[in-house]
Amino acid sequence: MNNKPKIGVYVCHCGVNIARTVDVEAVREFASRLPNVKVVRNYAYMCSDPGQLLIRDDVEKEGLNRIVVASCSPRMHENTFRKTLAAAGLNPYYLEMANIREQCSWVHEDREEATAKAKKLVYAAVAKARLLEPLYEKEVEVEPASLVIGGGIAGIQAALDIANAGFKVYLVEKTPSVGGRMSQLDKTFPTLDCSACILTPKMVDVANHPNIELLAYSQVEDISGYVGNFDVKVRKKARYVDVDKCTGCGICAEECRLKGRIPSEFDMGMGKRSAIYLPFPQAVPAKYTIDPERCLYLTRGKCGKSPKCADACTAGAINFEQQDEIVEFKVGTVIVATGFDTFDPTRKPEYGYADYDNVLTGLELERLVSASGPTGGNIVLGEGENAFVPKDIAFIKCVGSRDKSVGNEYCSRVCCMYTAKLAHLVEEKIPGANVRIYYMDVRAFGKGFEEFYDRVRREGIRYIRGNPSEIFKRGDKLVIKVEDTLAATPLEDEVDMVVLAVGLEPRKDAREIIDILRLSQSADRFYLEAHPKLAPVDTATDGVFLAGCAQGPKDIPDTVAQAKGAASSALVLLSSGKVKIQAQISFINENTCRGCGYCVEICPYGAIELVTISRMGNPVQVGRVNEALCKGCGACAAACFSGSAQQKSFMDRQILPQIAVLGVMR
Amino acid sequence: MSTEFEPNVVAFLCNWCSYAGADLAGTSRTHYPSNLNVIRVMCSGRVNPLYVVNALQQGADGVLVSGCHPGDCHYMEGNFYARRRFTLLRELLEYVGVEPGRFNMSWVSASEGAKWKDVVGEVTKKAKEAGPFKQFRRAKINW
Repeated sequence: MNNKPKIGVYVCHCGVNIARTVDVEAVREFASRLPNVKVVRNYAYMCSDPGQLLIRDDVEKEGLNRIVVASCSPRMHENTFRKTLAAAGLNPYYLEMANIREQCSWVHEDREEATAKAKKLVYAAVAKARLLEPLYEKEVEVEPASLVIGGGIAGIQAALDIANAGFKVYLVEKTPSVGGRMSQLDKTFPTLDCSACILTPKMVDVANHPNIELLAYSQVEDISGYVGNFDVKVRKKARYVDVDKCTGCGICAEECRLKGRIPSEFDMGMGKRSAIYLPFPQAVPAKYTIDPERCLYLTRGKCGKSPKCADACTAGAINFEQQDEIVEFKVGTVIVATGFDTFDPTRKPEYGYADYDNVLTGLELERLVSASGPTGGNIVLGEGENAFVPKDIAFIKCVGSRDKSVGNEYCSRVCCMYTAKLAHLVEEKIPGANVRIYYMDVRAFGKGFEEFYDRVRREGIRYIRGNPSEIFKRGDKLVIKVEDTLAATPLEDEVDMVVLAVGLEPRKDAREIIDILRLSQSADRFYLEAHPKLAPVDTATDGVFLAGCAQGPKDIPDTVAQAKGAASSALVLLSSGKVKIQAQISFINENTCRGCGYCVEICPYGAIELVTISRMGNPVQVGRVNEALCKGCGACAAACFSGSAQQKSFMDRQILPQIAVLGVMR
Repeated sequence: MSTEFEPNVVAFLCNWCSYAGADLAGTSRTHYPSNLNVIRVMCSGRVNPLYVVNALQQGADGVLVSGCHPGDCHYMEGNFYARRRFTLLRELLEYVGVEPGRFNMSWVSASEGAKWKDVVGEVTKKAKEAGPFKQFRRAKINW
């Protein structure tokens, strides 16, 4: 094919949007004298059907092979005109746009200046268009399976949706059971549904679903590859219990020598468990796990004469020889639903969480009011003879949220409502209790929230506006020092129990997933979505989606909605079976590459690797771009010492003429 | 046309933040000087320092590189590379006697149309103060 550039330049009036400040006829006349330009036309609306037809006709009749459209921003209509070129039988990447609207006619008032600038921009576009090369979008197959990281309600919902659509799901959960934070809750606001009652059926579904492979007590070690083709490596940690044999009867835990001596994570350290344990009664899978850091036999090599759990297990499921196992599989999409940590209130020492037993966090109170909790659902503080039921109870809101001093500027979104819910539960469980809530603002924004807040206030719970400055002990009582800012009165409030409504924070191990998947964090340190409004479940990595509190604090309805969104986004890829990958990506000239590997280091996507090729019979190392991984940022092209790495459509030899035109033309 | 010196500024804008911010400035019909002309790249990390020098050689009186705010790069790290490269280049240019006002960097997000207007005003003003740039000028244009 004769590839001598024959350029068509189309100057758009955009009604009067451009024509009012830019003399389009002068631009047309100017462009007609530029090198390689064969056709120049003005038209009122280039993006309209007749406008596009103009281009198609000229391509056919005049044999044009490069098109320059001087109109609006390429961010607006580049795709429109690419399609026009394709319809005209031209490669869609033979298009260059000159932005003479957003960056010219709309921002300049002087007609002469604007026209002069439009000429320059058109010339620069022509200079680049002469050197454009055809590009081809490649398609890759999508592996019809998905990885879901995190077995909380977000991960469970996403996994179920994808599995129900008929695709394989690998659900990886770090702890011995799925369920996550929601399983620790007693009731859920604002409807007061029993958390376990609505969650447990879903947990069981996940375990029994034919399309879901549940990898509990497992950790993602590595993910490589690209959208549609991720290679996943998961470490299944040794439970020291043969899950095929374990019946979940629990005799082992009864017999364990450390029974009732290890703080239970599930009960926030308030309940006690054995070294061999089921995290909570409804755990899924209902298989016991030996805590390798606590078990006497595993830590000291000796547990009496013989480990009592092994002696007691009639199924012979205990296996101290078990090793971690690495599982490898391939998936097309990944959903990150790793959840959150609660704020550690010892970082607000003025609230005395570390000093006083009767200062609790919201989640700790949650376990106390739960029928499956350490006290069987009775709110009792202290132990043995000192046990008592608190009567004067205060909640403090926004602990670790909306607080620049601890680096959390954001609102955690759930504390206002969980405080209201817990206050209600306390009133219900302790007749005559005197409950007050110290708050900065009450944010009751969700469906049914305001109504619930209203109900709680009508039940006699007092809301006092003020941010306590200090908590200290006076006799048996805790004293809250605070100013009631509505009454402008300083108070010293004596109470039996203080509940800190701690906020939500990114998980302490959030970095692990960032390193594995190259995710970004927003300013609040949660995982960053691709666009805050229009791509809230996508990430900058194609094929990787976010669900739940890993992306930012949310309540259960929002988490479930986002999980369903993430599942649907994953399903778009899975069900179409194919994905188009970027055409304007980098490539490396293997004849000139010196194999220094600088591009390998600089590539944010790990898309370049060094390979050995034969150059005149000698083995040499050169960089090679994995076209599926490359996103086309061009970082390698800017870094390459020899100019071997280039970005398609943004090559040095295409950009330098633009620079020259803009530099020279006055 | 007035006889007052009008500088010629070449700007490299990343597609995702600064170019979109400049588009927004247009959509919101702000007005700014016409001395600055934009070359769109996908990422500020794509801008080879030689482009800056090249622009000064080809007749530009000032150069601007603008990208996403640090930490907000569409490609995660591109603007960090740009920041490092151009901090170094700025020092080098200063060392060889180029007025500091000729080379500028800015971070303009897709929502900062008003900031873009300010940046253009500022960069144009600095280039104007520095006057016509001839030191690097090539005798013959070379592309």
